[in-house]
Amino acid sequence: MSFMPLFPQWIFEQGPAFLIVLPLLMGAIIAILPNRSMAWWFTFFVTLICTYTAFGLFQHIYFDSFLLYTMGGWAPPHGISLIVDGLSAPILLLISVMAMLTVIYALPASISEIEPKKRGPFYAAFLICFAGLMGMVITGDAFNVFVFLEVSSISTYALVAMGAARDRRSLAAAYNYLIMGSIGATFFVIGLGFLFMETGTLNMAEMSAILSDLDGGTRVSKVGYGFIVVGLGLKIAMFPLHTWLPRAYAYAPTKITIFLASTATKAAIYLLLRFTFTVFDPSFDYISIMLKYLIVGAAVVGMVFASFQAIFQSDVRRVLAYSSVAQVGYILLGIGIATSSGLAAGYLHLLNHAIIKGCLFISVGAFWYRFGITRVDDFSGLFKTMPLTMGAFTLGGLSLIGVPFTAGFVSKVKLILAAAEQEMWWAVLVIVFSSVLAIVYIGRIIMAAYFGSPPKINGSTFTKNEAPFMMLFPMWALGLMSIAIGLNAFGIGDTFVSASEIAASVLLGGRG
Amino acid sequence: MLSLLLDQYNYAVVIILMMTGLYVVFASRNLIKKLVGLSIFQTSVFLLYITIGKVSGGQPPIVESHGSDHANSETLLFASIGEVDSVAQSSSEVLYSNPLPHVLILTAIVVGVATLAIGLSLVVRVREVYGTIEEDKIEEYDRIYYKEILERQ
Repeated sequence: MSFMPLFPQWIFEQGPAFLIVLPLLMGAIIAILPNRSMAWWFTFFVTLICTYTAFGLFQHIYFDSFLLYTMGGWAPPHGISLIVDGLSAPILLLISVMAMLTVIYALPASISEIEPKKRGPFYAAFLICFAGLMGMVITGDAFNVFVFLEVSSISTYALVAMGAARDRRSLAAAYNYLIMGSIGATFFVIGLGFLFMETGTLNMAEMSAILSDLDGGTRVSKVGYGFIVVGLGLKIAMFPLHTWLPRAYAYAPTKITIFLASTATKAAIYLLLRFTFTVFDPSFDYISIMLKYLIVGAAVVGMVFASFQAIFQSDVRRVLAYSSVAQVGYILLGIGIATSSGLAAGYLHLLNHAIIKGCLFISVGAFWYRFGITRVDDFSGLFKTMPLTMGAFTLGGLSLIGVPFTAGFVSKVKLILAAAEQEMWWAVLVIVFSSVLAIVYIGRIIMAAYFGSPPKINGSTFTKNEAPFMMLFPMWALGLMSIAIGLNAFGIGDTFVSASEIAASVLLGGRG
Repeated sequence: MLSLLLDQYNYAVVIILMMTGLYVVFASRNLIKKLVGLSIFQTSVFLLYITIGKVSGGQPPIVESHGSDHANSETLLFASIGEVDSVAQSSSEVLYSNPLPHVLILTAIVVGVATLAIGLSLVVRVREVYGTIEEDKIEEYDRIYYKEILERQ
């Protein structure tokens, strides 16, 4: 159903620029705001308005056509253009919804995680990170991508390091992430340099036209593509380049883990899609070889290897972080298959995984908030003390495994069908095998929580100690969302599936 | 071979700087030295971009004669790219270098400075907490510290 009449006309005219400018501007204002307690309200309203705008733009894409916004009225290729099409709109909506839910969760979580005088700068950095991610996804200018990539990355380094108030290992994790992230971004910018050398332009649409005229271009563009894939691979946490991720996710403040796990790698995957399929073209022989051997290879090895590593972790956040690396493998496998069904499956899994991981990390954050625990052994009997939180964790966990009637099942089945279509039976086996490993690492936590007995404090029995409403709301919203996708309640599942099919058709040169 | 290298020595310098930087990042275990390596690595990219912008035989992209050509330069500013080409060719036949990479690299320098600043401030925090900036020692301290915490529980 269409909600288009709910949105004023200016959203469709100025919305794309608004999505970047508002959080950037408010980030700066919050940083200098004398009254720290206002920071949360400002951040919340910014993310709320951005969600509203992104939803309006999504509706416009879904029922009308794609939007091209020219910054300052300078027409492309000279001016910078912002593109909202079937590929970017769902991710914009995803990032802003996740940001809003993270901010809701952050209000109680900040009490235990961030010193009062650092809360203002914390929210400022959060908004700048948010603006950077939105910019990465929406811009149609290749160098602009690099700038926004760095805007979001640099604020992420600071945000990860803020975990030091709780766990000093977050400093080393943030430093490690900074080194790896900067190398990734620099590789990306080297690749852009080569592309600029070949085409003489920075506008993505123009680049694409020139490259297809040149029939893929010379060695310069091949090398450029290689650099771009490695650079983005570091940001995506593609299998051999994922080493920064588990530490950064495990030691960052919990709300940053939630936000990063559900948005940062997803925005980078979006860029990989954008560059591989719209700037370059999968019909160039070097792109198809890269997809077939490198992307699929990294995906498959990552799915198995990272799932195995997840089984042997003692910290729940590290279990989930390694599982993220494995899930990135599923998404990359869909991309590597590169047929319209494969791309749609990969894209759908990208959206679903963001929702699932958001739900899981919020519940883990709630456990930490109440009991200060993150180790698997400490989860014993948690179902009796925090039934609602554990319920949401279970929904997320089942969805991650891919149990029927959950979001994970829908996208995994589509991925298996896409692989079977190409007669990649070994890939089907790997998907099933990796899901079995997911049963082991999620099952281990759930078994402990349901069948273990809660620890007795001072000889007395346990008491129920549920998480605050501000935490329960986002986790149940995401948990129910994943069930709604699985059951196709209110047509939500169909909306997701058709959004992913539209994205695949944009990638393969349909509309947009 | 040698003449090719001499002709394009800029690229040789770029490659040497790039590899030096990457090697320093991966080989050293000192946090500051790693940042130095990262900066060298990023600097090589600045040089790469500036090299791309150079058009052989090209002048600096500044419109020189102001008086008579003023109207002309105004046309240059407000014309679309096809017209600019024709105006430039008809008026003076001067070949200009491409100024765009320089502008891009200004942005990249700012980004590099920001990264370095946040990296250094992280190192300061690490030094405050651990009292060292050697990675091996930090890992060792963490291992001992968190083992003790576990044993106490």
